[in-house]
Amino acid sequence: MALNITGRKLFVKALKEEGVDTIFAYPGGMITDIVDELYKTEEINVILGRHEQALVHEAEGYARATGKTAVVLVTSGPGATNTITGIADAYYDSIPMVIFTGQVPLHLIGNDAFQEVDIVGMTRSITKYGVTVRDREDMGKIIKMGFQIASTGKPGPVLIDIPKDIQTISGSPEYPEHVDIRGYHPNETVHIGQLKKAYRMLKGAKRPLILAGGGVRIAGASGKLLEFAEKMNVPVTTTVMGKGVMPENHPLFVGNCGMHGRFAANKAVTECDVLFSIGTRFNDRITGELDEFAPKAKIVHVDIASASISRNVSVDVPVTADAGIALQRLVEYAERINTEKWLDQIKKWEDEHPLGMPNTKIGVCPQDICEAINNVFPNANIVTDVGQHQMWASQFIKLNSDQKFITSGGLGTMGFGFPAAIGAAIGDRSKPVVLITGDGGFQMNMQEMATAMSAKVPIVICIFNNSNLGMVRQMQQLFYGKRYEITDLTADDGNYYPDFLKWAESYNCKAIRVLDDNDIINALEAARNNTNGPTVIDFMVSPDDLVLPMVKSGTPLSEMILR
Amino acid sequence: MKNRWIALYVENQVGVLAKVSGLFSAKSYNLQTLTVGTTEREDVSRMTISVTADDATFEQIKKQLNAMVEVIKVIDLTSIPIHMKEILFAKVFGLDGEGKTEAFQIAEVFNQGGNVKIVDIGVDSVLFECTLTEHKNNELIALLKSRFKKIEVTRGGAVAVESISSSYR
Ligand SMILES: Cc1ncc(C[n+]2csc(CCOP(=O)(O)OP(=O)(O)O)c2C)c(N)n1
Repeated sequence: MALNITGRKLFVKALKEEGVDTIFAYPGGMITDIVDELYKTEEINVILGRHEQALVHEAEGYARATGKTAVVLVTSGPGATNTITGIADAYYDSIPMVIFTGQVPLHLIGNDAFQEVDIVGMTRSITKYGVTVRDREDMGKIIKMGFQIASTGKPGPVLIDIPKDIQTISGSPEYPEHVDIRGYHPNETVHIGQLKKAYRMLKGAKRPLILAGGGVRIAGASGKLLEFAEKMNVPVTTTVMGKGVMPENHPLFVGNCGMHGRFAANKAVTECDVLFSIGTRFNDRITGELDEFAPKAKIVHVDIASASISRNVSVDVPVTADAGIALQRLVEYAERINTEKWLDQIKKWEDEHPLGMPNTKIGVCPQDICEAINNVFPNANIVTDVGQHQMWASQFIKLNSDQKFITSGGLGTMGFGFPAAIGAAIGDRSKPVVLITGDGGFQMNMQEMATAMSAKVPIVICIFNNSNLGMVRQMQQLFYGKRYEITDLTADDGNYYPDFLKWAESYNCKAIRVLDDNDIINALEAARNNTNGPTVIDFMVSPDDLVLPMVKSGTPLSEMILR
Repeated sequence: MKNRWIALYVENQVGVLAKVSGLFSAKSYNLQTLTVGTTEREDVSRMTISVTADDATFEQIKKQLNAMVEVIKVIDLTSIPIHMKEILFAKVFGLDGEGKTEAFQIAEVFNQGGNVKIVDIGVDSVLFECTLTEHKNNELIALLKSRFKKIEVTRGGAVAVESISSSYR
């Protein structure tokens, strides 16, 4: 029998066996033992963030950039509760992650001990699985289960709560290679009969459309999707989470659909006779008013989570399967169908209302910034925060197949972007990372500049600074008679705080302000050349710029506001 | 909207009941009753759940339950032969002699093989103990309410099991 080891040693052993090379951590009383063990470990790079919410977003960016399961370690109580927004974000966007929280010693649980919270209970509805380790002998098994559950099926966050005494008790040194979980059977097959039925429906269509969501990306199936679409000659639209699964200049690509989708894409959804959807949950941002969603279409829905199927949209042919497994088969069946007329029609719609912002003369044009980013950073991973800039990025950033578009799609968490960009850059140093953020959301996690400086990540931080909470202001502008209540971030003294240049300077971070369209390229190129650390570019944009088209919440996709 | 029945096998662990019941509140499903107890295997519990839901919502509920790591198996009891019983205690107060006689008569009429009994008695009150179907219990309560001024009802929630014929198919 191998010698017993402490829980803290087993923790580090488990991470190593999982191949974890980076973790995002913040210390505190209930994890000091584990932290001490990490001190003695060379192989694991421990990133110290500046706030636990940001740690989780950093982990999300890391997971999205690398495809690996990200690991977060925080202390009990406030350390744990600070992670909640991040965990909810990761849950919603299916990001594989294991969050370890310290907990008060077993005998104190339930006593309102100092920094005790029931974090497992608090996160029950936003984790794929959550558990407190109550017996040192279960620790190895539980950690293994955590990594298995987080990374398989529809990925998601798992929370493992480890009481302080469990970390120091000696017990079995075993870390199992695999755990059988009797209640957990991720879908690894596809019902062939059902898939054939779906395929035949698409084959018989006159106006077919493929709708691809984030599930295609998670499955790593964009190549297969392209092959399938090309073989059949069927146009493809994507959700925001699916952005990038089709090469954006491809003739079969119609653009994003949904609330701020392309005119042609939303028209195509409304007019198609078969909607072949893969890896999307038909979130209300995609469907608009449900009763009028794809009103003329028979709908196929392929999704790994059977619970996503026929929940929001009633589906004619449901197929429960991983997008990759389904597409693998579909490619084998695929035969060309005659869609020329339909493709022409879509082209006409595109010509009628192409995407594009009007030429305003105030400030820098967001579209021009995005297009300059496309030119200067053709292979960058693009990260966004939440708001108007995010939607402009989803409209105007053009991705090649090896670029990632990392955004908070489901929860729409302001403050996601900056830390996620740091995590993405730490995970994949081979590509530049360009962050597109609003000035509002950036301020929600700007303390992470210290993390970025310390990790020396050359992120290009593009602040679309409209001195307003633009996305909400847009609603006030369009639907609330321009009554701009609490959306102007200008202070009562008439100044805007902070001055991002002076602020950046205090971190020794390079910063550039751009007031004129002609300076966009220069600024981006200067940032590209600054490979030692982050660069802040403060782009002054107009608060009156609108994201269009727009489908007002609760109205059908066909009723787009176009100007 | 129909009343439906599900049986669940779940891990017998801390927090599983909270997780299952939390699903119903988080998603605004209309939970009617939920009972839970252990099985022949000490690490497995079984729940009987009744919900009021339309077809689509009910499908969704089953899928959501199935997706939970702690849920080992979901059995839809709605359309298979089952045996179902619910324990019910009903105290009836303020009875005169006639009232008591009537209470005993009601117990006798409802009783089949000892499943309705009066198990306790006071100066002006009696205590019913019934093991009937939920439906039958509803009827009994309605009757007691209509006949007597003050009653106090304690229900255990239904427990259901597939009939032998359906569990070995
Ligand atoms: C944490 C959080 N709080 C509030 C919101 C609501 N919200 C969505 S977009 C937005 C405005 C974002 O403003 P800014 O970051 O400046 O970006 P812009 O829209 O101006 O591009 C707000 C307040 C949110 N999504 N997340």
